Amino acid sequence: MLGIDFLGSQFWPLLILLCPLAAFVVQIFIGRFLPRKGDWVSLAAIGISLLISVACFAQVLIKKDPHFTAGFPSYQWLTAGMFTIKMGILFDNITAIMLVVVTLVSFLVHLYSVGYMHGDIRYSRFFAYLSLFSFSMIGLVLSNNLLSLYIFWELVGVSSYLLIGFWFEKVSAANACKKAFVTNRVGDFGFFLGILLIIFFLGKTEYGEVFNALKMSRPVDFTEGWLTFAGVCLFMGAVGKSAQFPLHVWLPDAMEGPTPVSALIHAATMVAAGVYMVTRLYPVFTPDALLVIAYVGGFTAIFAATIALVQNDIKRVLAYSTVSQLGYMVMGLGVGGYVAGFYHLWTHAFFKALLFLCSGSVIHALHSQDLRDMGGLWKKMPITFVAMTIGTLAISGFPPYFVSGFYSKDGILGATLALVMERPQHFVLAIFGFLGAAFTAFYMFRLIYMTFTGHPRDEHKYEHAHESPWTMTVPLMVLAVLSICSAGFFSGSEWFGDYVQKPESAVVMAHVPAGAHEAVAGSEAVHEGGHSTEHAAHQYAVILSILIVFISITLATLTYYHKFKKISAEKIAERLKPVYNLLYNKYYIDEIYEKFIIRPVVRFTKLCSRFDSGVIDGAVNGTAKATVFAAFATGQHDLKVIDGAVNGVAQTVIAAGKGAGMMQTGRIKNYFAWAVGGMVCILGLIYLLLLRR
Amino acid sequence: MTAGQILFNVVFYFFALLTILSASVVAFSRNILHSAFALLFTFWGVAGLYIFSDAQFLAAAQVLIYVGGILVLILFAIMLTHRNPREDSGQESNQSSSVILASGITVLVYIALLAVYLPVNWSGKAASYGTMTTEMLGTALTRNYLIPFEAVSMLLLAALLGAAYLARRK
Amino acid sequence: MDLVFGKMLDNLIIIGAILFCLGIYTVITRRNAVGILMGVELMLNSANLNFVAFSKFRWGMPDGQVFVIFVIILAAAEAAVALAIILSIFHNFGDIDVDTKDLLKE
Repeated sequence: MLGIDFLGSQFWPLLILLCPLAAFVVQIFIGRFLPRKGDWVSLAAIGISLLISVACFAQVLIKKDPHFTAGFPSYQWLTAGMFTIKMGILFDNITAIMLVVVTLVSFLVHLYSVGYMHGDIRYSRFFAYLSLFSFSMIGLVLSNNLLSLYIFWELVGVSSYLLIGFWFEKVSAANACKKAFVTNRVGDFGFFLGILLIIFFLGKTEYGEVFNALKMSRPVDFTEGWLTFAGVCLFMGAVGKSAQFPLHVWLPDAMEGPTPVSALIHAATMVAAGVYMVTRLYPVFTPDALLVIAYVGGFTAIFAATIALVQNDIKRVLAYSTVSQLGYMVMGLGVGGYVAGFYHLWTHAFFKALLFLCSGSVIHALHSQDLRDMGGLWKKMPITFVAMTIGTLAISGFPPYFVSGFYSKDGILGATLALVMERPQHFVLAIFGFLGAAFTAFYMFRLIYMTFTGHPRDEHKYEHAHESPWTMTVPLMVLAVLSICSAGFFSGSEWFGDYVQKPESAVVMAHVPAGAHEAVAGSEAVHEGGHSTEHAAHQYAVILSILIVFISITLATLTYYHKFKKISAEKIAERLKPVYNLLYNKYYIDEIYEKFIIRPVVRFTKLCSRFDSGVIDGAVNGTAKATVFAAFATGQHDLKVIDGAVNGVAQTVIAAGKGAGMMQTGRIKNYFAWAVGGMVCILGLIYLLLLRR
Repeated sequence: MTAGQILFNVVFYFFALLTILSASVVAFSRNILHSAFALLFTFWGVAGLYIFSDAQFLAAAQVLIYVGGILVLILFAIMLTHRNPREDSGQESNQSSSVILASGITVLVYIALLAVYLPVNWSGKAASYGTMTTEMLGTALTRNYLIPFEAVSMLLLAALLGAAYLARRK
Repeated sequence: MDLVFGKMLDNLIIIGAILFCLGIYTVITRRNAVGILMGVELMLNSANLNFVAFSKFRWGMPDGQVFVIFVIILAAAEAAVALAIILSIFHNFGDIDVDTKDLLKE
């Protein structure tokens, strides 16, 4: 590639990292004064990062080595006693893939924002924040140890907070960003605890060193129980950042931010950070921890999908769909489908960003987010319509062998089915997976039908609708093409297996539960020609999921396509009123948190405050009063008894002092001068008596 | 003389001059605000000289407490008690008699101090002890000087209460 | 390391002496109470410098530094109380010119 070895030195990866940072600094300080308010600075910076990332990716592609790692040295940062923190860059296949995802989506979102945010009063500030986000996300991907991962993890959280609350005049946006930050904090607490546990037991932070230490020289007191606990703690970080149940509540609210932000952060990149982290630290997780991960992911997948069935806000549907898809990725990793899970991250990034940007285009045209205001838009916005349809086919896992989502989702379902066939007691996971897939197809087609087909429900808004400017449609087209061909140009998921392979678990079990480690499944098993159970599982999964998707799409069409309307959604909603309400109100999760967590905490805080002002202050004041009283008593004693005696003495002294009073001017300076004189005299005496020989 | 020695000399005399010159400004400036700011540099200079005597902790404490605390207090006092700093600039005593008297006393003190210091042979046993560390300081403070240390904390409390009592509006 | 002009101890002590004298001069000439406070700070600093210099170059023991810590603490307490007194004087008299305050004579 251009005759340059992009992976030969740290220069190029560092350049990828530092370009957005430079853009952020420029934008935040002088962005307002630049021509066009400096959007080109951010755009150019992320463009450079994108070009280098693609070049690196191409070189990785050419190498075709699943165990490729660029050997960069890491530098000592801090030393505290025996413990040393090193910083450095880790560049392997996973890094290269993630970098392309991050910079590409980021670049397209930058471009899209030029149109979408046009005329906003804090236009340059918005680009500054976008650059900050890109910087932190790239840093997160490039870091090679737990601590710098955590630092960038938090930076990503901060920039997400800034971007969600970008329109902070809106009360809902201000609340949403607070909610996102605080909810993430709960997860990050666990994450940090996990990191601390690993540092405590192993004294290492670098990924490779941690894995080696686990494998070779695990301390005796770092038992499997502790290791599972550490794994679950680490996973809590992913629960927060990747919006898994029960910390998913922030993501739907985060849609208060500008739509490009939703596409960039809350669909494609940041929420994938949790999944990426699990991928990175995969060898640390014990089979028990992985089971926890699988169940959380699977439950989230179906839980969020059911909510998405009945929402009426276009962005909320997509938000819950994101939560559900993230659940799929997490479940895929949990059941052992390492490649499938990460592969789903890669494909999902493109088609979910596409869907969000399409919804942004619709919102931009209609100035409304409510599905019930839409309809018949395909005539007005053909590009958006086609792009959105492609995105929908991709996310539903539509079988024709050219839409990306199909392969990745199939990989996950296959891995799940393999695990279930191996250990039937976990059959719930398979139900979660397949039902979730059915719901996904249903709500996405509902979205398409309600938005683009049928008769316009709001004539006035429909009249004003128009296709978006080119800066917005070009990213749509690019992403639509990518949604199709990110699955490896018609070749299925095999190509991915050439670059990403499941790492060996670093956990050496004392006694291996039956089939725990053999439950390697999914595309990998096929790729490696693994044994027949997995192969069969994969076959079943493909057939079953195609069947389910077709049934589900047919149902959606019968329900929502205006020409059929065989099934009345309203009637079903009426008949299943309690279920409908439960789903519509998102299982009342927010209300439950409000009632059982927030209010008790607030009450406890108030109690503490009352204790503080009542008891503690009271004690202090009481002491003060007692002191004052004691002082008063002393004062009385002073006046009556002592003064009497003293006055007597004083009378005589005054009489004597009158004579000496000549030099008493009452001015402190004169006293001082006398004191200095005395000092000089003493020094003189010392000199004369002791030192002069 | 090696380059290191030259640098050592330059840095030492830089701090020495900084201390003395800024202290002169404190003493001779008419404007009380100028004096206060010159005092800042005096404190810095003294902190630098502490470093040359192996008293790194004290240098840090000097900067923190004198510059960060006492100087700020002094500035507060100036701001709170001067209605208009410029108007008062001529207020300082400039009667020649007072200045002559003060100069006389000062020179006398200087001569007396040097007279006591210079005749003695101070070459001590310092060399045998090597460098002094903050650890030694901390040990001394919490072993031999523990009771004074605690007493001083009581004194600080008393000063705190006393200052608050005195400064309140009646 | 050697200095150009004599020994390190001599240098430090002479700097301390000069500081002390400047402090005395300040205290005597200033009429402003805050100015006097600054003079006192100068003198305290010169004393500290002596402590530190002797502790290092004469005794090689950290005891001198301990004294300096106490002096710094006392200086802080003193500054706080002095500020309070100055404010009190200011409230009562309307200015802080010490040459006009001679109530102590009574």
